[in-house]
Amino acid sequence: MDDLLADFLTETQEGLGALDAALVRLERSPDDVATLSEVFRIVHTIKGTFGFLGLTRMEAVAHAGESVLGRYRDGTLRVTQGGISLILAALDCIRGIVAGLEATGAEPAGSDAALIASLDAVASGEDAPPAAPPAAAEAAAAAPPSPPAAEAAEVVVAAAPPVAPPPASAPPKAVPAADAEASGGGNAPPQTIRVTVEVLEGLMMLVSELVLTRNQLLQLSRNGADSAFAVPLQRLSHITSDLQEGVMKTRMQPIGNAWAKLPRLVRDLGVELGKKIELQMRGAETELDRQVLELIKDPLTHMVRNSADHGLETPEQRAAAGKPETGRILLNASHEGGHIIIEIGDDGRGLNVDRIRQKVLAQGLATEAELAAMPEREVQRFIFRAGFSTAAAVTAVSGRGVGMDVVKTNMERIGGTIEVRSKEGRGTTFVVKIPLTLAIVSALIVEAGGERFAIPQIGVVELVRVGGEGAPQLERIKDSAVLRLRDRLLPLVNLAGLLQLDSRANEDSAFVVVTQVGAHVFGIIVDRVFDTEEIVVKPVAPILRHVTMFSGNTILGDGSVIMILDPNGIARATGVGAESGEGENERDGGRMVVTHRSDQQTAMLLFRAGDTTPKAVPLGLIARLEDVERDRIENAGGRPLVQYRGKLMPLVPIAGHWDQSMAPERQPVLVFSDGDRAMGLMVDEILDVIEEKMVIDGAGERPGFLGTTVIAGKVTEMLDTAWWLRQAGEDWFGAGAEGSKGPARRILVVEDSAFFRNLVVPAIGAAGFVVTAVADAEEALRLRDAGAGFDAVVSDIVMPGMDGFAFARTLREGGPWRDLPLIALSGRAEPADVELGRAAGFTDYVAKFDRAALLDSLRQCLDAAVAG
Amino acid sequence: MQTQSTLSDGSPAGHLARGNAAPADAAEEIYLTLTVADQLCGVPVLAIRDVLGVQAITRIPLAPAEVAGSLNLRGRIVTAIDLRCRLGLPPRAEGQRGAMSIVVEREGELYSLLADQVGEVLPLPLADRAANPVTLDAMWREVSRGVHRVGERLLIVIDVERILAIG
Repeated sequence: MDDLLADFLTETQEGLGALDAALVRLERSPDDVATLSEVFRIVHTIKGTFGFLGLTRMEAVAHAGESVLGRYRDGTLRVTQGGISLILAALDCIRGIVAGLEATGAEPAGSDAALIASLDAVASGEDAPPAAPPAAAEAAAAAPPSPPAAEAAEVVVAAAPPVAPPPASAPPKAVPAADAEASGGGNAPPQTIRVTVEVLEGLMMLVSELVLTRNQLLQLSRNGADSAFAVPLQRLSHITSDLQEGVMKTRMQPIGNAWAKLPRLVRDLGVELGKKIELQMRGAETELDRQVLELIKDPLTHMVRNSADHGLETPEQRAAAGKPETGRILLNASHEGGHIIIEIGDDGRGLNVDRIRQKVLAQGLATEAELAAMPEREVQRFIFRAGFSTAAAVTAVSGRGVGMDVVKTNMERIGGTIEVRSKEGRGTTFVVKIPLTLAIVSALIVEAGGERFAIPQIGVVELVRVGGEGAPQLERIKDSAVLRLRDRLLPLVNLAGLLQLDSRANEDSAFVVVTQVGAHVFGIIVDRVFDTEEIVVKPVAPILRHVTMFSGNTILGDGSVIMILDPNGIARATGVGAESGEGENERDGGRMVVTHRSDQQTAMLLFRAGDTTPKAVPLGLIARLEDVERDRIENAGGRPLVQYRGKLMPLVPIAGHWDQSMAPERQPVLVFSDGDRAMGLMVDEILDVIEEKMVIDGAGERPGFLGTTVIAGKVTEMLDTAWWLRQAGEDWFGAGAEGSKGPARRILVVEDSAFFRNLVVPAIGAAGFVVTAVADAEEALRLRDAGAGFDAVVSDIVMPGMDGFAFARTLREGGPWRDLPLIALSGRAEPADVELGRAAGFTDYVAKFDRAALLDSLRQCLDAAVAG
Repeated sequence: MQTQSTLSDGSPAGHLARGNAAPADAAEEIYLTLTVADQLCGVPVLAIRDVLGVQAITRIPLAPAEVAGSLNLRGRIVTAIDLRCRLGLPPRAEGQRGAMSIVVEREGELYSLLADQVGEVLPLPLADRAANPVTLDAMWREVSRGVHRVGERLLIVIDVERILAIG
């Protein structure tokens, strides 16, 4: 719920900000219908959101405000300054509660009865003035100890009394209140000052020097026995570390800064290319060093542009492929260790592996035999080769040969990696992994050919001592050294040889630094290994930039200058990167959903459940195997449950029934998980894990199984995981498994708030419907005219442009959708509204925040439609 | 300037120069003289940040031959250029005293020019500077801004920008 809440907070704050301005405008020109409906719509949306999230206190306040605005809009009440002040007070009250919510994660306790009463009084036509001051005071009292909110409320208190007399000398008093509010109030008090980047850079440089000097001092004190310095030096060392951390923090910036221009870019691209594109950005608050940020900005933009241009299809193509017309580009950033992971994904056409193969052949990058032996992922990696573009046409946007190779090179330059995941017809995702900061890294100091070098720890997987007693030996295949490491053949490069240094040490006793670059693992032979040290990476002089083996240089604790090796450069120089990376499949294969790629071996888990026929499920689909004690399994409404990782996990017996008295002491459970939901399948016995080709016969012979296959000479039933997930899904979304029988029903959702779309679409989708969402009625009508077919339409009522009522009337007037079930989704589910909705042609009227009711209604409407 | 203070041992040629030229700054340029394999060179003092004695220099593998390595100047990394190599002169003999570093800055980066000896600071009138002889080695013509007579010897005025244009 945390993400939801964060989204909500952002959306609400934006909404509140817009409201302040709009309300002030409304006060100046009470007859401005456009402003009035804008205000009404925003309040309405905010209220709906509160309701959906169960924030009852705010919902009540917003509702009271909305009632007043509703009267204004209907023209049954005149807009008065007193009324507007009250609504502003309501907003301040909401702001206070939002601040409390932000701070504590829960709605602060308190009563807004007075405020609501005043609002209701206005709504019912009474005069506002007497109620205003207490209402504002109440807001102030209700506000949690957050200073900005209290401040904001005070401003209103100050402004309210002069407002009380009849609205003769209108706005000037209220305007400053709102202004002060907009600039100083709301969220995040500006406890910040502006500092130029140069100052920060200068600080960072000084700290870097300080770290180096500290290192030198520590080295000296280690060598000498002068203990008088030891203690103060320790302190100095700690303070230096803290200082370093503090200064690093000042350089951290949210990655959202690098994304700021993307929505506009995507919009323009959409117009230019005639595509409908929705850009979703997650994790925009993830912070990284501004230097890194600057360096990834362009590659990121390039990738997004690529997704929009090459990745996503035109609306026609998408409709033909059964996808929503609007393509989606998803940016997702998150921290992982000392790295930041950025995903750039689209739900477009995916990489055409066959076309890549053809192109690879045409360009002579690999032979047909090599290609045939390559796993698909390896083939896809060819897009990172220079001059490789699969775009059939060079468009104005991309495809001019400045391709993914440049992106890859840029990423590698800053010590990052890039990988691609793609599924034809389903989309492409690039995963970029970059260090948080380039300034200070931990490095392993090694020696080769009499010189010392630093290897960033990021790339180092392990250290192996070779030669000597009982240690693994280096072996040679012709001239190439290899190491057999845990049954894997590890390619090796000799650092001294690579750097054209004379290797004085003898190879019989050396160290292998096992290094990973992207998917490739290789070993670097060095003569000696010293220590690890925190080093300050300094760029090499421009005249050395062409030496790609080094990513920088630094000064060690003893004052000597040392070169920092770039594992990427070494991999490139030795051709390691060009080899097929088996490690890649090992690491990622497990997470890929196995479909009907019967030509590939798949790891399967064999188990027994119910009858004697062995059953199999691709191992990659299983999150964990658990042994649950019988006593821990509880029964809720006839369904077994277990408390698992702090949550209740539904258990589904494959045998169809579960009897606690008959159950074994320990119940083996296969745990499937999706996001933070999990379900467990109860089986009798786990038999084995084997690698087998999947050849399935007679699909769908009985529910829950895809069919049978022969594994290890035995007929084995293949589990239909999706079916079993739906068995447990009933608990999550209140959707019955019956809903998913037969062809999936197609639902069109018309909703202007992106936040609600994100809530409603997955909820309906999870219940087994195929959902298409559009942002307004006009787009829905365009879909209709384009010949799209749906089984039901769910529409919001309050929308910019054509509202839900008008939309319903238009649909009912005629056209292919005339008889479709039409469900209104609205925050205002009062009897009068419902009546209005029915009059306009809606089949049913459901409160926006009631998922269960919506699904019920959908099912009923669809059943009725089928029956009728 | 720091360099001058460290090397302010007086310049014997100073009053000579002033004797026959107007004392205007534009009329003369001040050089630090250095010796590279017996060749007298001059580097404009205004381009110099530091003059260092023998330093520990870390070799940089795969770097151009002219790059002798890098060294640590108060926490900044300085790329050392071997002037002998750069000027196509024979390498220093084994056992010869280590080279002095003349540190210059270019585009925010520090470089050290390695010379066998550092001499004195000389103001030399621009009017006395002769153009490069047309027969001068092409590589030298590239890096020399002209020639001065200093006593019995000829001084090559080194163009720091050009010297650093390697690769």
